[in-house]
Amino acid sequence: MDEPSAAERDPDGAPALSPEGAPARVPDGAPATVPEGMTERHGTGVPERGRDGAPEGDPAAARASVIVTRGLTKRYRGGQLAVDGLDLTVPAGSVFGFLGPNGSGKTTTIRMLMGLIEPTGGTVRVLGRPMPRAARTVLPQVGALIEGPALYGFLSGRDNLLRYDAADPTADPRTRRARVAAALDRVGLAAAAGKKAKAYSLGMKQRLGLAAALLQPRRLLVLDEPTNGLDPQGMREIRTLIRELAADGTTVFLSSHLLDEIEQVCTHAAVMAQGRLVVQGAVADLAAGARGLLVVTTPDAAEAARVLKELGVGDVTADGDRVTGEPPDRDLAEVTAALVTAGVRVRGLIVERASLEDAFVALTGEGFDVAG
Amino acid sequence: MSRADLQLPAAARRPGPLWTFGLLRSELFTTVRRWRTLALLGVLAAVPVLVGIAVRIETRGGAPAGGGNGEGPAFITQITNNGLFLVFTALAATLPFFLPMAVGVVAGDAIAGEAGAGTLRYLLVAPAGRTRLLLTKYTTVMAFCLLATLVVAVSALIVGALLFPLGELTTISGTRISFAEGLGRALLIALVVAASLVGVAALGLFVSTLTNSGIAAMATTVGLLITVQIVDQIPQLHAVQPYLFPHYWLSFADLMRDPVYWDDLVRNLGLQGLYAAVFGSAAWARFTAKDISA
Ligand SMILES: Nc1ncnc2c1ncn2[C@@H]1O[C@H](COP(=O)(O)OP(=O)(O)OP(=O)(O)O)[C@@H](O)[C@H]1O
Ligand SMILES: [Mg+2]
Repeated sequence: MDEPSAAERDPDGAPALSPEGAPARVPDGAPATVPEGMTERHGTGVPERGRDGAPEGDPAAARASVIVTRGLTKRYRGGQLAVDGLDLTVPAGSVFGFLGPNGSGKTTTIRMLMGLIEPTGGTVRVLGRPMPRAARTVLPQVGALIEGPALYGFLSGRDNLLRYDAADPTADPRTRRARVAAALDRVGLAAAAGKKAKAYSLGMKQRLGLAAALLQPRRLLVLDEPTNGLDPQGMREIRTLIRELAADGTTVFLSSHLLDEIEQVCTHAAVMAQGRLVVQGAVADLAAGARGLLVVTTPDAAEAARVLKELGVGDVTADGDRVTGEPPDRDLAEVTAALVTAGVRVRGLIVERASLEDAFVALTGEGFDVAG
Repeated sequence: MSRADLQLPAAARRPGPLWTFGLLRSELFTTVRRWRTLALLGVLAAVPVLVGIAVRIETRGGAPAGGGNGEGPAFITQITNNGLFLVFTALAATLPFFLPMAVGVVAGDAIAGEAGAGTLRYLLVAPAGRTRLLLTKYTTVMAFCLLATLVVAVSALIVGALLFPLGELTTISGTRISFAEGLGRALLIALVVAASLVGVAALGLFVSTLTNSGIAAMATTVGLLITVQIVDQIPQLHAVQPYLFPHYWLSFADLMRDPVYWDDLVRNLGLQGLYAAVFGSAAWARFTAKDISA
């Protein structure tokens, strides 16, 4: 497999980021590599795809996609259906957030992507090659952190990495020490490299696990809850690291429950619930899927509510000096003008954008109901 | 986190032919770094010391050890005349249980221990390759068989040289051979003893692919070893005994005959090869098809 040329690479692949802590995310449009922007599927009524001869989608999209699964299904031996007919498409160059409540099948999916477990149905293509058949050629280009780090406690951090690197037959032994040192440095463990891994704290183990994923230049990083156990500073560092890697053209596939983390670093996301894909698409589109909220702050709440209703704003409620409603389709300037004309003293008028969390709860919570 | 420059062009990575052995080196190194391995080797090294001291104390009055009525491991009566016999005695004393138990522990832990610790999934996504990893593990277990045997032999040789005279020795057939030839035979015997452990190593490796608990795999392997050893002693079960892996183990003593009596030696090595083939294939079939979900 050759590196995709610069032209092939998604120009919007690097995550466009809202400033840290800003509540709203500036929509930057879906990258060109997602032809259909956002796809939505209800839990039921999905047309059954053939388990084996599943359609591969159009070839151009498949080439630009780093991970493509079709009808991917895993039923564990106990009979537990952990993943059910998953059609996942991860565009090249994206930072892809893989969301879902506990037990929704995220780790199971990742294990199938990495060829650790055999799907009971469907197909997986990673970097354009079928898994697990092409594991030998695909996996050297993939760095992975799966369900937390696993280390040899009696070996030092450095020796752990030397061992994992030696396991890769495509890793050059002449550059091994240098690459291990660079990876340790990159996750901020250089000073603790000589310490036995069993003496590492949870966050240090997590960092070492990440370092193992960064031993080689990778085209794809698969990170299962990478910030688990990290301190706030560590989480920030990981986010920065992910952005750097993405800027270098690495596709990052990242599972998490931390929604603001996904919102901060991801360009794309998919939401799982009970083994099924609920929705996938660009993060901006997902957050937009849940309606925002028009909020008017005014001492004349009753009058404001009347004016808003007159303007056709739905679901208007007044609470103290706060009047809320569904954001109208018309220009907000008109709303402001109408309020002022009616003598309403306006302290503030904003549209609070829905966070990804609202979208997530709407999609996976009780009575989930996806608009449109 | 500094931004070190790791970005080499992926096309420049063309694996060298010897790179694949990096895993074997790492595996050997990792195995001997475990305190458990060192403890097992320590116990094995202590056996000749205990036997040597016991024989020395026993024979202080001048009477030959064992009272000449065939008690104790083979060759024990000869030690006072020639320290080299401590090598044969120590191997005969450790082969029925200590040596295969140590091999069973290392082999049983080989895959299951990594699975239990979760490190197996990282080796496999590295990607170590399932067949390559299994071959590496089996090679390492066989290297441990040799190492364990040599530890017993060398420890016995040192203790024997310190406590007893060395020199020409008498074979079982009554002929006399030089000390140099005796040393050569001792080395040959050590190699045969190490090869005798190949079967139990394959069995342990197979058991290791069945579970995600290193302790369970070790216990099962050692349990099987004990069971087989007991079955091998029950006269009523003589029909199955020629197929039990320990059945010809003590044939290594035939190397001390003059001329060497090869029949049982060959049977032993053939049986070990058979066990290695059968359980090695079973381990491969199991491991390459296994879901790694630990
Ligand atoms: N080895 C296994 N054998 C049987 N069932 C399993 C196994 N591993 C996971 N499961 C089941 O499969 C389902 C999905 O589990 P999975 O670990 O993929 O969830 P997850 O999305 O990663 O959850 P979390 O957010 O808690 O990590 C769960 O119902 C779980 O009980
Ligand atoms: Mg999980």
